[in-house]
Amino acid sequence: MDPDLALLLNGVVSGLLLGGLYAAAAAGLSISFGMLDVVNIAHPAFMVLGALIVALLWAATGLDPLLLSILLAPAFWALGAGLYVIYHHFFERRGDEAIQGLAFFFGVMFIVEVGLVLAVGPEQHFVDAAYAATTWRLGEIDVPLRMLVPATVALAAIGALALFLRHSFTGRAIAAVAQDRDALRLLAIDPIRIKRLAFGISLAFAGLAGGALVVVQPVDAWSGHVFIGRVFAIVIMGGLSSLGGCVLAALAFGVVENVTASFFGPSWSPAVAFGCLLLVLAVRPQGLFGRMA
Amino acid sequence: MSDAIIPALPRPAPPRRLGHAGFWLAAAAAAAILILALRGMGSEYAYFAATFVLQYVVLATAWNILGGYAGYVNFGAAAFFAAGAYTTVAVGKAFGLGLLPCIGIAAMVGGALGLGTGILTLRLRGAYFAIATLCLSVVLQTFIVNWSYVGGSRGAYILRPRDVPFGFDSYGGYLCAVVLVLAAAAIAIARSIEVSRLGLGLAALRDDEAAAEAAGVPTLRLKLIATSISGAMMAVAGAPLPYLGSYIEPTSAFGLSYAVNAIAMPLIGGTASWAGPLIGAVLLSSLQQAATVTISSAANLLIVGVVLVVFVCVAPRGIIGLFRRRR
Amino acid sequence: MEGLSRRGLGHAALAAAITVPAMAKAQTAASGPPIRIGYSMSLSGGLAGNGRPALLAHRIWAEDVNAKGGLLGRPVQLVHYDDQSTGAQVPGIYTKLIDVDKVDLVISGYATAIIAPAMPVVMQRQMAFVSLFGTGVNADFKYDRYFSINPAGSQVKETFAKGFFDIAMAMDPKPRSIALVNLDSDFHQRTAESARFLAKEHKLRVVYDRAYPPSTVDFSPIIRSVQAARPDIVFVGSYPPDTAGMLRAASELRANFALFGGPMIGPHITAQKLQLGPILNNLVVWDVYAPEPTLQFPGTQALIERYQPLAAKENTDALGHYVPPLAYAQMQVLEQAVKRVGRIDQAALAADMHANSFDTVIGPLRFDALGEWAEERNLYTQYQGIQGNGIEQFRKAGTQVILYPPRYKSGDLRTPYTAGA
Repeated sequence: MDPDLALLLNGVVSGLLLGGLYAAAAAGLSISFGMLDVVNIAHPAFMVLGALIVALLWAATGLDPLLLSILLAPAFWALGAGLYVIYHHFFERRGDEAIQGLAFFFGVMFIVEVGLVLAVGPEQHFVDAAYAATTWRLGEIDVPLRMLVPATVALAAIGALALFLRHSFTGRAIAAVAQDRDALRLLAIDPIRIKRLAFGISLAFAGLAGGALVVVQPVDAWSGHVFIGRVFAIVIMGGLSSLGGCVLAALAFGVVENVTASFFGPSWSPAVAFGCLLLVLAVRPQGLFGRMA
Repeated sequence: MSDAIIPALPRPAPPRRLGHAGFWLAAAAAAAILILALRGMGSEYAYFAATFVLQYVVLATAWNILGGYAGYVNFGAAAFFAAGAYTTVAVGKAFGLGLLPCIGIAAMVGGALGLGTGILTLRLRGAYFAIATLCLSVVLQTFIVNWSYVGGSRGAYILRPRDVPFGFDSYGGYLCAVVLVLAAAAIAIARSIEVSRLGLGLAALRDDEAAAEAAGVPTLRLKLIATSISGAMMAVAGAPLPYLGSYIEPTSAFGLSYAVNAIAMPLIGGTASWAGPLIGAVLLSSLQQAATVTISSAANLLIVGVVLVVFVCVAPRGIIGLFRRRR
Repeated sequence: MEGLSRRGLGHAALAAAITVPAMAKAQTAASGPPIRIGYSMSLSGGLAGNGRPALLAHRIWAEDVNAKGGLLGRPVQLVHYDDQSTGAQVPGIYTKLIDVDKVDLVISGYATAIIAPAMPVVMQRQMAFVSLFGTGVNADFKYDRYFSINPAGSQVKETFAKGFFDIAMAMDPKPRSIALVNLDSDFHQRTAESARFLAKEHKLRVVYDRAYPPSTVDFSPIIRSVQAARPDIVFVGSYPPDTAGMLRAASELRANFALFGGPMIGPHITAQKLQLGPILNNLVVWDVYAPEPTLQFPGTQALIERYQPLAAKENTDALGHYVPPLAYAQMQVLEQAVKRVGRIDQAALAADMHANSFDTVIGPLRFDALGEWAEERNLYTQYQGIQGNGIEQFRKAGTQVILYPPRYKSGDLRTPYTAGA
C-alpha cells in the first residue's frame, strides 16, 4: 500500500477509535446540556471522578475496569439525581439557571477536583485491563484493543440509550422534555421527575466514560480539563439534543484531530478542531447535525 | 482607553446619585488614600497582596460589564487576561516600551479581541456564547504556544527595570500604585456605564433580547460595545502580570483559576452594580491570598468552589442583594 | 458517595496535618532560636507528584541535621507554603516568607515554572538561592547568588543529548537518520534543541521533527508518522502522562527502532515503572539517578532507605529515585555552606558556594559562574530484563543500567527497542 494512504487510513481508524472515547465523554453531556438545558460544565470532572473510583476499585478487586464502571453506574445515577434536586431547588425553580446555574457547576467542578486531590493525591492513577496489551492487525491497519474495547462498550451503551429514548415511555418523555416542558404536564407527567431521571442518566454516562478513559490513559484529578472544551464542542457540533449527531460529531472530531496530527504535526490539532467549532458556531449555530430550531 | 465611547452617549439625568464627575473624583480620592496608606505600611508583602487583590478587582469589574450588565457569561476571561499579559511581553520586547504604554496597547488589543469575539458570536446567546468564549481561550492559547517570539510554551522573562519611577520606594510599590489606579478607573467606568443609557440598554439586553430588539434598542451595537469594553478592561487587568512575576508561561497565564475567579467574584458580590465585583473580588482574593500562606494545602483551592456554590445557592443576588433585601 | 466524602475529609485532615509547615523538633543538642528555611513547594496541582517527594526529602534532611545537633548549634525549621503549581502564587509566598516570617534562608520549590517567579523577589533581597530542577533560569537574570541543583549544567544545547548520541554513534551499523519528537514545553524545547544540534554535528539526517501539545490524548498518529519516516533512531522528550501514552502506542504499533528514548520523563515515577513493565525493556532514558553500584555516594542508600517507608505511609512516590536525592542534595549544599561560613551572611554564603565543591548524596558537585553545575552529569540509562510488573526488580541493580557517562557505566547497550514485543 502507498505509505501516505496507509498513514491516512490509520489516521482515520485511530481517529474513529479516539472519537469513540469522545463520544462516551460527550453522550452524557448531550443529555444534560442538549436535552435538559443544564449546562453541566462539571461533566468531565465527574468523568474523572468515575475514572479514579474505577482505578481504586480495580486495585482492590482486579475486576475489569469497564465492568466496574458499569457497576458504578447506579451510584452515579443517584449522585446525578441528587445533584439535579439541588440544582432544581436553587436555580430552575427561581428561573436563575443562566448565570447562577453555570457558576454553580463551575464551583462543583472545583470541589470535585480538589476533593479528589485530597482523597487520592495528585499522582496519576492507572488500571491494566486484560486486553490492553493486545492489538489486532488488519493488513496495514492496527486496531489496539486498549482503544477499541472502551469505544465499543461506549457506543453500545449509547446505542442502548438511544433505543431507550426512542421506544420506552419514560425515554420519550425525556425527549419530550427537551422540546416542550409544559406539554408534559398535559400528559400528567411530572417534568421534574423526568428531568431528575435524565440528569441521573447523564451522570451515569460520565461514570462509564471514566471507566473508558482510565483504560485508555493514566488519570489524575485534572485530566478532565483537556476534555471540557472538546465535549462541549462535540455536543454543540452534534446539534445538542441529538444523540446520533453527538456520536457523529465525536467521531469527526477524533478523525480531524488525528489526521491533522499525522500530516501537519500534532501541535496544530487542537487549534484546527476548535477552529472548526468556532466556524460551526458562527455559520450554523444549530450544529452540523442539528435541526433548525 | 475604551471609555471614550461613554461620553459620546447622551447622559441621562441621574436623580438620586452622584454625577459621573463626582464619582470619578471619589474613586481617585479613594485610590490616593489607599496608595498613601500602603506607603505608610511600607511592607513589600502588603504591596504584593494589594496588587494581587486589585488585579482581580479590575478583572471582575471588567467581566461584570458583559456578564452582569448584559447577561453574557464569558468563560474565556483568562484568554483576555493573558492577551493583555502577552501584549506587555510582545510590545516590551519589540519596542522596549515600559509598563504604562503597554497597558494602553493591551487595552486596544483586548478591545479588538472583544470586538472580534462579539462579531463572531453575534447570533449566540446563553450557554452557546459561554462555550464559544471557552473555545476562543483554547485557540488563543494554542496560538501563543506556537508563537516563539513571546517565548512560546517556554515562557518569557520580563526583568523589572532597575530604577523605580516617580519616587516610589520599590518597583513593587510602583506596580501596586499602577494597578490601584487601574482598579479605580475600572470601577469608575463600570459605574458610568451602569447609570448611563448604555447601561440601560445592556440591562434590556439581559432581560429580554428579543423584546429589546423589537422596542428599537440597537442590541447588536450594544453587544459589540459591551464585549469591546469588557475585553479591553480584562486585557488591562492582565497587562501588569509579567512584571509581577517576572516570568510568564501560557499554562499559568491561561489558567482556569482566572476564568473561575472572574465569574465567581461578581456573582458573590452581586452582578447588578459596580460595588458587587469590587466586594466579591476583595473578599475572595484576600481569602485566597490569606489561605495560601496559612492553610497552605490543596484545601485552599476548595475555598473558591465552596464559597461560589454556597453563594449562588443561598444568595443569588450576591452580598449586595443580601443587604438590599434586608433593608 | 457518603463513604467517599467522609474518607475524603479524613484525608483532608491528614493532608493538613502533613503540610502544616513542618516544625522540625528541636533536639537536646541544638538550642537557641531556630534557623528558618523558607520556600514554596507544589503540594497540589500538576507539579505535586514531584513536589511532595521533594518535601519529604527536605524533612528527612531537617530531622538528620537536628538529630546531629542542628546547624551552627541551632535547630533548623522548614517554613513552606503550597504554591498550587501556579507561578502567580510564588512572588507572594516569597515576599511573605522574607518580610513577614523573616526566614533566614530561602531555597526554591520544584521546577522552572516555580523557580523563575521567585527570582525577582529573592534578587531584591540579595539572598543566596539554591534551586531544584530548574533549566536555564539564570540565563536571563544572571544573578550571582543563584545555584542550581540540576545535572544538566549550563551548556544544555551542547551537552544534554550528548550521551544519547554517543551511545547511538557507537552502534554497529552506525545510524544515518533520526526522528525528533518533543512535548511543547520549556524543558523539552531545550532538549530537542540539543538533539537537533548534535544530529547536525554527527551528520544524521533528521527525517521527522515535531512538537506535540500538552493536551494530546492519542499518541498513535505521532508514532505512526515517525514509523512512516523510517528513522534509524528516535529521540523523544516527554512528560509522565504522555510518556505512558507514547510507549503504549509504540507497543501497539509494533515499533522497532535500533535506539529509542531520550528525556522521556515518566518511568522516573514509580507508578509508571510498574504500569509499563516490560514495555520499558531496552528503552534508553535520561535520568538523574539509578540504583547502580557505580553511582553510590556516602548517604545515597541511607536516604533511599529512610525515604521509602515514609513514602509508603504518606502515599507518595514509592521508590524515590528521581527527585528526593536531588532535593536532599539541595539542602546539603546549603548546610555545608552555612557550616563553612559559620554565620548567616548571604554574600558570604554565595561566595562560599562559588568557591568550594560540595559532597552530596548525588556525588561531589561544584558550581560555575551562572550557578549551574560546572560539570554536567546527564545520565543515559537503559531498562533491561524487566519481567512482569513487580516493584522489587526496580530496587535492584541491573534493571536500569547506566550507559553514559563512561565513568558511571554499569552495563552494555541492548538493541533494538521493540516496546516489549
